[in-house]
Amino acid sequence: MKRFFAQLYIWVLLVILYAPLVFIAIFSFTESKVLGNWKGFSTRLYQNLLTGDMQGNSSLLQAVENTLLIALIAAALATLLGTVAAIGIHNMNGRSRQAITFLNNIPMINPDIITGVSLFLLFVFLHISQGYTTVVLAHITFCTPYVVLSVLPKLRQMNPNIYEAALDLGATPGVALRKVLIPQLRGGMVSGFILSFTMSLDDFAVTFFTRGTIGLDTLSTYIYTDARKGGLTPELRPLMTLIFLIILVLLVVFNVRQQRLAKKTQRV
Amino acid sequence: MKRSSWAIPYALFLVVFVLLPLILVVVYAFQDSMGRFTLGNITKFFTDRDTLSTFAVSLEVALENTLLCILLGYPAAWILANRKLNRSAVTIVLFILPMWVNALMRTLATAELFNMLGVTLGKGTLLFGMVYDYLPFMIYPIYNILDKMDKSYAEAAADLGARPGTVFWKVTVPLSMPGVASGVLMVFMPTVSTFAISEFLTNNKIKLFGTIIQENINSSMWNYGAALALVMLVIIGLSSLLSGGEKEEMQGGLI
Repeated sequence: MKRFFAQLYIWVLLVILYAPLVFIAIFSFTESKVLGNWKGFSTRLYQNLLTGDMQGNSSLLQAVENTLLIALIAAALATLLGTVAAIGIHNMNGRSRQAITFLNNIPMINPDIITGVSLFLLFVFLHISQGYTTVVLAHITFCTPYVVLSVLPKLRQMNPNIYEAALDLGATPGVALRKVLIPQLRGGMVSGFILSFTMSLDDFAVTFFTRGTIGLDTLSTYIYTDARKGGLTPELRPLMTLIFLIILVLLVVFNVRQQRLAKKTQRV
Repeated sequence: MKRSSWAIPYALFLVVFVLLPLILVVVYAFQDSMGRFTLGNITKFFTDRDTLSTFAVSLEVALENTLLCILLGYPAAWILANRKLNRSAVTIVLFILPMWVNALMRTLATAELFNMLGVTLGKGTLLFGMVYDYLPFMIYPIYNILDKMDKSYAEAAADLGARPGTVFWKVTVPLSMPGVASGVLMVFMPTVSTFAISEFLTNNKIKLFGTIIQENINSSMWNYGAALALVMLVIIGLSSLLSGGEKEEMQGGLI
C-alpha cells in the first residue's frame, strides 16, 4: 500500500514535468502558427525543418549550428584546461590550493546573470568586441569548474606509485601521461565534458550578455528574441521534439550498455 | 618539474575571467557614467521605490519557490532513494531528462498550456513555472545524499526502539541536510535573478530583479546595472558564508 502511494506520487510529478514537452510534441504535427491551435494532422513542419525551407526563418538552423559548435568547442577546451588544472591542484597544498579552490567555486555559486554581467563589463573594459570568441570564452568560464570537480576525485582514488613506477621503468613523462595518467582520469574527463556540453547548450543568460551586437544567435537567444517579438517560429516545435527524442534514445542506449557491463562484471 | 605548476594556466584564467570581472562590477557600481567616483548608484537603489519593491517581490518569490521545491522534492528524493519503494534506477533519470530540452522553450510551452486551459498568467503561474524549472535541482542533491547514506544509522535507531517517524525526523532528515543546503543554493539565488522565465510566465506583469538588471545593462546604464549586480553579489556572499558548505559534493555527473 505504501509502495502504491509512493509510486503514485512519483508518477504524478513526472506527468506534470512532462506535460509541456508532450504538448510541444503533439502540436509539432499541425501547421498552425501558434502553439495550442490544432489545424489537422500534418508533417509539413518537419519537412520545412529538415529541408531548411522556412519562410524567412532560416536563421533558426544557423542558431542550431552555432549552439552545437559553441558547446563543442567550449566543452573541449574546458575539459583540457580543467584536467590540466586538476592535476596541478591535486599536487598543491595550503594557501594556494585554498585560493584556487575558492576561485573555482565562484562561477558555480554565481547565478548566470552575475557571470554574464561581470564578463560583459570585462569585455567592455578591455575594449574587446563581442561575438563568437567572447561567448566561447564565457562558456569555458562557467564549464571548467565542473570539469575540475569531476577529475579531482579520480586523482584522489589513483595510486600515485603507478605513475612513478612508469617513470622508473623508463617511460618519458609524456608517455607516462598518455599511457598511465590519462586512462585513469578518463571517466572524470568524460563526465566533465558531457556536463560542460549540456550546460553550454542550455545556457541563455551568459550568452545573452556576451554575444555583442553582431547578430549572433544560439538556440536560447533565438527563442527569447522570437518570443518577445510575439509568435514563435512554428518549426521550433518539431525541432524540440526531435532533440528530446535524440536525448531519450542516447540515454536508453547508455543505460542498457551500463547494465550489460554491470552484468558482465558480475559474471566474472 | 613540479606538477603543482600545472595549475598555473587555470589560475591565470580564473584571475582574468572570474576575479577581474567581479572587481569590475564593484568598480563600475561606484562610478558615474563619466568614470568619476560616486555613491549615487547605491543610494539610488535604496531610495528607488520601484526597484526596492521588485527586489522584495523577487526575494518573496524565491523564498516561496525554494520552500515548495523542498516540500515537493524531499519526499520524491526520499522515495527514489528507497530500495523498497523504488526498484528501478531509471526513474531518477526521468526527472533529469527534461532539463536537456531548452529551458526557455519548456517555459513558453508551459505558458501556452496555461493559456489554453484558460488560466490567467500571474503570480500563481509564475510560481508553478519556477517550481517546474527548479524542482530537479532540489531533488538531485537530496537524492544523492540519501542514496549514499549509511543505512546502519537508521537501522540502529530502529533496533534501539525508535518508531519509524522518529527514525525519519531524528536520523534521516538531519543526515540529509547538506543535500538540502546545496539544493537551496541551486534554487534560491537563480530564482531571484531569472529574467526570461518571469517575463514569459506573467506576460511581463511581474518583474523580477534579474529583469531590472538586464534592462539597465541593455539600455547602456552599466553603472546602475553593476550596482544592482553588486547587491546580489553581497547576498550570495552572505548566504554562502552562512551555509558554509564546499560544493565538492556536486561532483559525479548528472547522467
